[in-house]
Amino acid sequence: MTVDESFTSLPLGDLAEAALSRAHDLGAEHADFRVETVRSQNINLRDGNVDGVSDSSDSGLSVRVVYEGTWGFAAGVVLTPDSAAALAEQAVEVAKVSKPVNSEPVVLAPEPPHGEHVWVSSYEINPFDVPDTEKIGHFQRWSQRLLAADGVAHVDAEFQAVQECKYFADLAGNRLTQQRIRTEGALTAVAVDEESGAFETMRTIAPPVGRGWEFFTGNEVHDWDAELDALPGLLRAKLAAPSVEPGEYDLVIDPSNLWLTIHESIGHATELDRALGYEAAYAGTSFATLDKLGTLEYGSPVMNITGDRVSEHGLGTVGFDDEGVETQQWDIVKDGILVGYQLDRRIAQLKGLNGGRSNGCAFADSAGHVPIQRMANVSLQPAEDGPSVQELISRVRRGLYIIGDKSWSIDMQRYNFQFTGQRAFLIEDGQIKGQVKDFAYQATTTDFWGAMEAVGGPQTYVVGGSFQCGKGQPGQVAPVSHGAPTALFRGIRILNTVQEAGQ
Amino acid sequence: MSTQQATPQQLVDKALELSRADGAVVIVDAGTEANLRWANNTLTTNGVSAAQQVTVISMKNGATGAASAAAGVVGRSGVDLASIEDLVRASEKAAEDAGPAEDAAELVPGRASADWDEAPAQTDISVFSRFAPALGETLAAARAEGNLLFGYAEHSMGTQYLGSSTGLRLRHAQPTGSVQLNAKSGDRSRSAWTGVPTADFTDVDIVAAGQDLARRLEWAKRRIDLPAGRYETILPPSSVADLMIYAYWNAALRDAEDGRSVFSRSGGGSRLGESLSGASAVKATLRSDPSAPGLECTPYVDAYSSSAATSVFDNGIELAPTEWIKDGVLAALATTRQTAAAAKAPLTPYIDNLILEAAPGGAGPSLAELTASTGDGLLLTSLWYIREVDPQTLLLTGLTRDGVYKVEGGEVVGEVNNFRFNESPVSLLSRIAEAGRTERTFSREWGDYFSRTAMPALRIRDFNMSSVSPAS
Repeated sequence: MTVDESFTSLPLGDLAEAALSRAHDLGAEHADFRVETVRSQNINLRDGNVDGVSDSSDSGLSVRVVYEGTWGFAAGVVLTPDSAAALAEQAVEVAKVSKPVNSEPVVLAPEPPHGEHVWVSSYEINPFDVPDTEKIGHFQRWSQRLLAADGVAHVDAEFQAVQECKYFADLAGNRLTQQRIRTEGALTAVAVDEESGAFETMRTIAPPVGRGWEFFTGNEVHDWDAELDALPGLLRAKLAAPSVEPGEYDLVIDPSNLWLTIHESIGHATELDRALGYEAAYAGTSFATLDKLGTLEYGSPVMNITGDRVSEHGLGTVGFDDEGVETQQWDIVKDGILVGYQLDRRIAQLKGLNGGRSNGCAFADSAGHVPIQRMANVSLQPAEDGPSVQELISRVRRGLYIIGDKSWSIDMQRYNFQFTGQRAFLIEDGQIKGQVKDFAYQATTTDFWGAMEAVGGPQTYVVGGSFQCGKGQPGQVAPVSHGAPTALFRGIRILNTVQEAGQ
Repeated sequence: MSTQQATPQQLVDKALELSRADGAVVIVDAGTEANLRWANNTLTTNGVSAAQQVTVISMKNGATGAASAAAGVVGRSGVDLASIEDLVRASEKAAEDAGPAEDAAELVPGRASADWDEAPAQTDISVFSRFAPALGETLAAARAEGNLLFGYAEHSMGTQYLGSSTGLRLRHAQPTGSVQLNAKSGDRSRSAWTGVPTADFTDVDIVAAGQDLARRLEWAKRRIDLPAGRYETILPPSSVADLMIYAYWNAALRDAEDGRSVFSRSGGGSRLGESLSGASAVKATLRSDPSAPGLECTPYVDAYSSSAATSVFDNGIELAPTEWIKDGVLAALATTRQTAAAAKAPLTPYIDNLILEAAPGGAGPSLAELTASTGDGLLLTSLWYIREVDPQTLLLTGLTRDGVYKVEGGEVVGEVNNFRFNESPVSLLSRIAEAGRTERTFSREWGDYFSRTAMPALRIRDFNMSSVSPAS
């Protein structure tokens, strides 16, 4: 695969030269330059009818400098050397206006220069090469298939594809050109009991992936046919299911649900910029503060968490980050103990972690935004020769087997969380019974991970994720993946959401 | 990709001239933005940016003409007069591929804004030239007191040019700005927050905001631990905005008619005409008005995609003041021409501001007076991480953040731990014990997406604090 020609045919090198030499001449001690084109497509269907198809492409360029120890950043859209040089001047001007507010000189962790590189993510069919009629038709057929089933009143379908092209250059001589492709598709079926007015929904659990259109045309990676065949029956059973009795349950959690709990309670909590307070007024801080590194019992000894930006098809995967750092894999939690954080160049230098080198977590969602520390693929590792889903369920006397993510919320220090799911099956004496509805699980992060008795084997491991992780001001969205095995948790509080809503 | 700047008006005219579709709408958004961010009493990031996005919506008539038309929407940044034809053709191709749209309709007849010929309004880093030194002083004061300040200031100017093949030439310039300030004690155990909406930064008193937060940190020196439970709770205007915005986003008539929203009636249809205020003596009115003073917003429909309550075919429809809830009764739900006709309801499209009034003209006591008339209750500062748990009741969950204060005999007596709540904004309307005066406010949770609100503080009976959060 190669980088989109409409991007590589831009005068990238000339623009970089104009911006970087102007920044250098103005006395900036650091300068980097980016050009990005992010193309995205959304297809939405309602009951098989096209609700909207929109295709957008966002292009721009930006210059970031460190000038007399203060950041300056400027972004624009005009791709000429004059405009690039003017942005360098603006960035230095922004640094000057900001100086009265800055009391902590910016120094970046060293990174060996990588010179010229081209990196392209791993996919087979670029979704932007597939005619819209084919993509729309595909989701129309899937919608009709669900609508034809008993008890399905409505079906929403959505498809999203993104192609991200970026060029990075800096005063150290880096000239990095990269392209990533990602896709996501979901169908939600709705059942309505007209008499009582009650309604329930069930969404597919296929994850967003760093793959192309091939993800949707076969059943090899995700078994779409099996899922679409089962969905109406699961939805009817949910509408008819008893409301869960609140109380303590053991939980067997599927990766399609657990990825989001990992994202919120581990992924965000181990971002060092949060722990240092950079996000304190907005996204929040973290209970996992730097003084606890190496000692905090994050969870039980079966808990092993890695961070990476290198796993194939991962949404956070890339060759080099937006500060020119080569991407890596590292440990975040080892045998239940906090051992690492996610870093960018400034905070790696500030605290000397990872041997004073960034582990490559800087990301900006467009040329118009400044890179900040963003989440790597943060994943729970399976146990080698670990148990199957069936074995995990067999260990439970009274519990729930939870599948698919739905509602999520966690506090600003990442302690108290509440999650729901697409569906939950009651487990009694090691056996799966029917569904229960109106459930939510609520816990404190370290209690929850401390209650994890077992993680499943590699055969239970699935990678989930999101296109829409939000952080920073101005707000930026980032795509990220989270792998997880099925896992068993003891004694977790289950709420009944209808009782919660009662007065 | 742009190599020379064309004016937005030139781009609109050129795209419409090139269009071979049966109808077309062209929207050019020209925006500039400046921001400053700080943490631990020092600057963290900053920036200025300029962007220009062109969106072309092409309509292709079906067998029955415009009534069975298809629409294709393609948007791009950095488009110039040379590259715009490619965008127009891509949009036409998308319309051909899309198939008939349910919301298909004739485009809106032409009319022009008086200021159509004006250039885009702009902002730059100089918008902070008075604010930044004042912020520097406030940071210095916090340092001297041993406190830490965190926060963010943002100003944007967006100018929209909307043209159509039917002769629409509409222009709207929208300033948007806010400052958020968070103060913490040196050990970070106590925290307070305020958010200030502003159109131009001339009215922001950051020094006063810093002093207000310092006072709240003093309140927090006495700590009171309370368990989960239902409490009489004063929601400040910012938190009321969080909850009302979410209810508003879920107010599509089509979803109600389809039996899948909190505004659906059992047995079919919507709850229009039903009282939502229940036993509460407070019969509030929730309304939008594009010309509301201080909250002025786009006075016509600008739709970039179609959904349950927006239609690209409706672009340019003039927006009129709309009462969504009138004196406690559900009076309107958001519609397009198509969904309104299907449900035999009036056309009431979404509007980009929201006002809640408990009394005519929004009169009522201030937050301080509301606190003084509270015998025993909680006073919140803000809500955070609000997510939908159950669409049937619109049950939402979220956290309290940056200051929950215990009120006894009308006085703040100390700070309470944070809670996770589970509550529905619709159900709350029947449990309003007392309401304050309506004032312009900044929703902490949704202000990035929906910034123009005026809300009263509300004292709610039996607010459901579901569990304790150890976060501070």
